[in-house]
Amino acid sequence: MTGLGFDIAHLFAGGLVLVSLMLLYQDRLTAMIHVFAVQALVLTASVAWQAWVQDAPHLYVTAAIALVFKAIIIPVALSRMVARLGIQRGIETVVGVGPTMLAGIGLVALSMVVMLPVTATADPLAREDLAFALSVVLLGLLMMVTRRNAVSQVIGFMSLENGLILAAAGAKGMPLVVEISVAFSVLIAFIVIGIVIFRIRERFDTVDVGALDRFRGDRT
Amino acid sequence: MSGIAASGLDGVTVLLALPAATAVLLALLPAYRLAALVNVISCGVTFLAALSLFVVTPATGGFVLVDALNIVFLVLNTFVAFTTSVFSRSYIAHEHETGRLTLRHLRFYHAMYQVLLFAMNLALVANNIGIMWVAIEVATLTTVLIVGLYRTHEAIEAAWKYFILGSVGIALALFGTILVYMAARPVVGEGADGMLWSVLIRHASAFDPALLNVAFVFLLLGYGTKVGLAPLHSWLPDAHAEGPTPIAAVLSGLLLNVALYAVLRFKLLLAANPEALAPGPLMMTMGLGSVLLAGLMLYRRRDIKRLFAYSSIEHMGLMAFAFGLGGPLANFAGLLHMTMHSLTKSAIFFAVGTITQVKGTQRLSQIRGLTVSHPVLGWGLVAGVVAIAGMPPFGVFMSEFLLVSATFAWMPLLALALVASLLVGFGALMLRLSAIAFGEPSPGGTAVATSTVPMFVHLALVLMAGVYLPPPIVAWFQTVAEMLG
Repeated sequence: MTGLGFDIAHLFAGGLVLVSLMLLYQDRLTAMIHVFAVQALVLTASVAWQAWVQDAPHLYVTAAIALVFKAIIIPVALSRMVARLGIQRGIETVVGVGPTMLAGIGLVALSMVVMLPVTATADPLAREDLAFALSVVLLGLLMMVTRRNAVSQVIGFMSLENGLILAAAGAKGMPLVVEISVAFSVLIAFIVIGIVIFRIRERFDTVDVGALDRFRGDRT
Repeated sequence: MSGIAASGLDGVTVLLALPAATAVLLALLPAYRLAALVNVISCGVTFLAALSLFVVTPATGGFVLVDALNIVFLVLNTFVAFTTSVFSRSYIAHEHETGRLTLRHLRFYHAMYQVLLFAMNLALVANNIGIMWVAIEVATLTTVLIVGLYRTHEAIEAAWKYFILGSVGIALALFGTILVYMAARPVVGEGADGMLWSVLIRHASAFDPALLNVAFVFLLLGYGTKVGLAPLHSWLPDAHAEGPTPIAAVLSGLLLNVALYAVLRFKLLLAANPEALAPGPLMMTMGLGSVLLAGLMLYRRRDIKRLFAYSSIEHMGLMAFAFGLGGPLANFAGLLHMTMHSLTKSAIFFAVGTITQVKGTQRLSQIRGLTVSHPVLGWGLVAGVVAIAGMPPFGVFMSEFLLVSATFAWMPLLALALVASLLVGFGALMLRLSAIAFGEPSPGGTAVATSTVPMFVHLALVLMAGVYLPPPIVAWFQTVAEMLG
């Protein structure tokens, strides 16, 4: 691994973490969708670079999926849906932006502390990639728990999944990466957009999950 | 693949191809009575295919792994799937007649039922831990869709919660899977071998223990969410309560087991590495926590399906505890408990499904005096609840007894805690049972012609296991218990 190759991989993976942090403080749905598209672009670059340095052509497929599906199709579809439903307004958060950002920084630190010592024997590229990937995964989780809105929870899930793809691409020679990314994409397309949000819309005229809480079955 | 090539058509091929083909067929079949029948027949043949694995065990290859451990899971899974499809046939007919489900919903339901079976069978036979992960993900998403089938507010909320927690669990499990590959790579080399369980277990002693430890924590949390272990269990009661009842039976009886199976496979990897952390205490802590929490939560239930869903959390906790404890006796108890729980809990859900149709409600306060108004159904439920609460002479008593004695031999104080947690759950179930089954019957009730045969078949098996467990089964379980270490 040349020094430059390592640095560029590092740059992209670090960029992914940065964009994940940016996702945390978006307070409008359209802005959030744009940032997600940027994250998908960074993921594309990162995976494509991994494909180049590892000399693994199948990773280009994963990169292409990230580009076409996550950076273009999903954001366009989500934007159109948001426009159609007329929910461009601000997003209701459970926790304020300040504490969320602090928690996010804490999670990034945590994943460095957890991953770097245990991967001491792995090669440096995979090692840093894993630490960054875990950060993205945890930030995605954080986003899912701090947002009440169904669309932003879905974006949180997709962001989390981007972290997983980063980890899988960084694990040199890992089989099934392409299959996993295809499986994820198909599922996201079908389940999330097609059905869940559609049904929530159908029933509540809102995509605020908070509206669902009133119907908790076991409560009296 | 070598096994398939050698025999042309073996059990594993049928286990996978038949549900997949039936799913396509059922998606196209508009007549729901015929579809339900096809569903039953297909499940029956799948069960026979699983049984055939006892006779002809395919060789381990790049794709398929069949050993003593997963045959137990496969046979149990396909059997309960078969009996549930018989129950589902009459249940679904009633749902259609009362207009809760349209023909389109039914077609979707039947197709998804088979996709779920396919995914669970694939997860159980897959040698590749990546394919196992994909299969469990497909199974999860299929059940999300079925849980949301009724499209009521509650059903959508349950499906959404299940989807969110399920996908978080699945994401953590994938991260764990990637870490296992990373740990294996320096030893096994790059490429497909690094994800084959049969290869991993041979080389596990040389893996980097630190990486393996972190991987197991992620896998336990990830798949543990799907098992329904506390504190990640909150999707489970809602998903059970709001979906069609046959799916509650399949969730409790089968899908939770499949996730447990995944945890067990990775536990074996960890156990094969002398320097890695002992996986047992982690599983025991989560398990005991789930038993106690579920036991306490049982007291506050007002919904009959949620009541038994919490009971499932309790029993999955017991199994995790048993397998965490390890050793021949505890593993034996764990396997027996898993079998007994699957049979008993699905029998209870068959009864509950019919009861909710008869009474038109799931609220416990509106279901009273069943043994008086509906003797067959009422006494069936009494038998099921008595069995699941762990009273003799049913099989659950035996497995719990074995587990408690194994714990007692290891650490008496822990056994005390276990017994106390069990008694908490026992008290709650008895309290509820006396209200549901005895006393003045509550008014209302439509005539429902749901088959009670599957319920009594299950209960008879559980009773038989409690009185006399056939030696071949004992021997088989002992082999698996040895293997689990």
